[in-house]
Amino acid sequence: MSANAPGGMAALERVERPRPPSAFSNALVFGWRAVLKFKHVPEQLFDLVMTPLMFTLLFTFVFGGALAGSTDNYLQYFLPGILVQTVVFNAVYSGMGLSTDLGKGLFDRFRSLPIWPLAPFAGLMVGDVLRHLIAGAIILAVGLALGYRPEAGFLGVAAAFAVLVAIGFGVGWIFIVLGLLIRTPTTVMTVGFTFIFPVVFASNIMVEPQTMPDWLRAFVEVNPVSLMTTALRGLMGGGATWGEIGLALLAPAVLTAALAPTTLWLYMRR
Amino acid sequence: MNEAPRAPQMTQAAGDAPPAIVARGLVKRFGDLTAVDGIDLDVPRGMIFAILGPNGAGKTTLMRMLATLSRPDAGSARIMGHDLVANPDAVRAAIAMTGQFASLDEDLTGRENLVLLARLWGFRGRRARARADALLAAFELAPAAGKQVKDYSGGMRRRLDIAASLIVTPGVLFLDEPTTGLDPKARQGVWRMIRGLAGSGVTILLTTQYLEEADQLAARIAVIDHGRKIAEGTSRELKAATGSGFLHVALADPAQREAAARLLAARLGAEATPSVEGAELSVMAGSAEAASAAIAALIAEGIALSDFSLGQPSLDSVFFALTGHPAEPGGGAGENGGQAT
Repeated sequence: MSANAPGGMAALERVERPRPPSAFSNALVFGWRAVLKFKHVPEQLFDLVMTPLMFTLLFTFVFGGALAGSTDNYLQYFLPGILVQTVVFNAVYSGMGLSTDLGKGLFDRFRSLPIWPLAPFAGLMVGDVLRHLIAGAIILAVGLALGYRPEAGFLGVAAAFAVLVAIGFGVGWIFIVLGLLIRTPTTVMTVGFTFIFPVVFASNIMVEPQTMPDWLRAFVEVNPVSLMTTALRGLMGGGATWGEIGLALLAPAVLTAALAPTTLWLYMRR
Repeated sequence: MNEAPRAPQMTQAAGDAPPAIVARGLVKRFGDLTAVDGIDLDVPRGMIFAILGPNGAGKTTLMRMLATLSRPDAGSARIMGHDLVANPDAVRAAIAMTGQFASLDEDLTGRENLVLLARLWGFRGRRARARADALLAAFELAPAAGKQVKDYSGGMRRRLDIAASLIVTPGVLFLDEPTTGLDPKARQGVWRMIRGLAGSGVTILLTTQYLEEADQLAARIAVIDHGRKIAEGTSRELKAATGSGFLHVALADPAQREAAARLLAARLGAEATPSVEGAELSVMAGSAEAASAAIAALIAEGIALSDFSLGQPSLDSVFFALTGHPAEPGGGAGENGGQAT
């Protein structure tokens, strides 16, 4: 060691690798990263909550009376749907975040570490789930303040949130794949919303499909977003069937089965 | 350059331990472009080895292959005895890489970045924090430990980035252009860190476009161009191939440039090339004696000089001597003729 070296260079003595951690432990570390992001970038919650909040208020008070006779009736109909919409929109932001990370070379470091390769994505998902829960809770609170009453009670709401997290998890893979494929974050957002807007609006989130033309109604009735919304309405308002819940979870299950391996392949291809 | 090149730090524990890097015929293609075109490398343990070349020569591609980030299209390599293609996980456990662009999370603090990586390597709780703090102290970052990385200067980022590669002492540390974009003071700081690391026995493979950097740090230098290795040796050997120093003269009166160029060429037997601004001339001098004789001759002819210096050959001149073409992408000549970069 030359004399001008800093005194702390003792830290550069040989340090051996500890016992390799489990895949689960790797994933938890990335989850911790997501939590730190909330601490350092609390603004992200603002983006996350403002859009659905605006939707809730505008739709309820501007269209509510015309669509459902009264704003109270409409809120009762609309609130479970806006939760689904929030989760789906949130997933777009998470894809953008991934694309930003990839552009910075951060993932090159993760990729050159001897860790479970899917761990960074599992961590992203942990962050997403937290985001979904926080945004969902805020929207529910606003809904309750405005007069929304979940007739199925606390258990119904808890079950609805569990389904919501599963939906967010499944849909999240779409935008992780887009984030891996597209290197400009704004393009991820543009492409994401281009797909998401028609799928979200051509659903039963805002209105019942009876007045729509046949061809559109046919789509709306099989649109996974409609199936998710129907299940959430049932869970929160009472009267959900297992069949409805199963249909709502079908798309997230298929997406996970198909896109988790795709993610791994896209990430590890070199 | 005022410091002698560093002697190689040979801390080879056992004569029969496999070398740090052995690569044979590595090739990487991107479509029609052959970015790396059959490169062999032998890097013994404990050495600082530099890969020198201009932008687009294939340095980063070569390094990414060796760090398992990119799969070779042909050829093979063993890192610390592990096969790159057959056993990438073992390679990853033995290496660390600091890429050209800071691979840090800008939103987190310096300390959080290191704790995150320490946990990924398997340090738990207090040990992870202790490891992070030890590295922050070693890299003179302790006062900034609690600041978000986006508020770090370029030099601090680079140091943190290198620290992040040292959570577990790697067998081989890859540094891709470790000082590109840094100011001279920050560059000195990074160089000091790199020497310190080599002193602790880490094998370091670094890429650079600066001859001076390779000269300052590396025991051996491989010069690559258009994806091929065109020379390898110590800095002294490479400079000998170039002819030693270059004489740079600045003319008091630019109108005398032609006359000065003719005279220098005649005295030193090499063509004098004008600077872009036109008021300076550079010519290969061969020796300090020849250079001072040439200056005396200029003054005797009544050509006034505002400045002169005897400097090291630039990367450009090394390239010119080795390849017959300047270190400019697309200026292909000789056996690499016509190959795009």
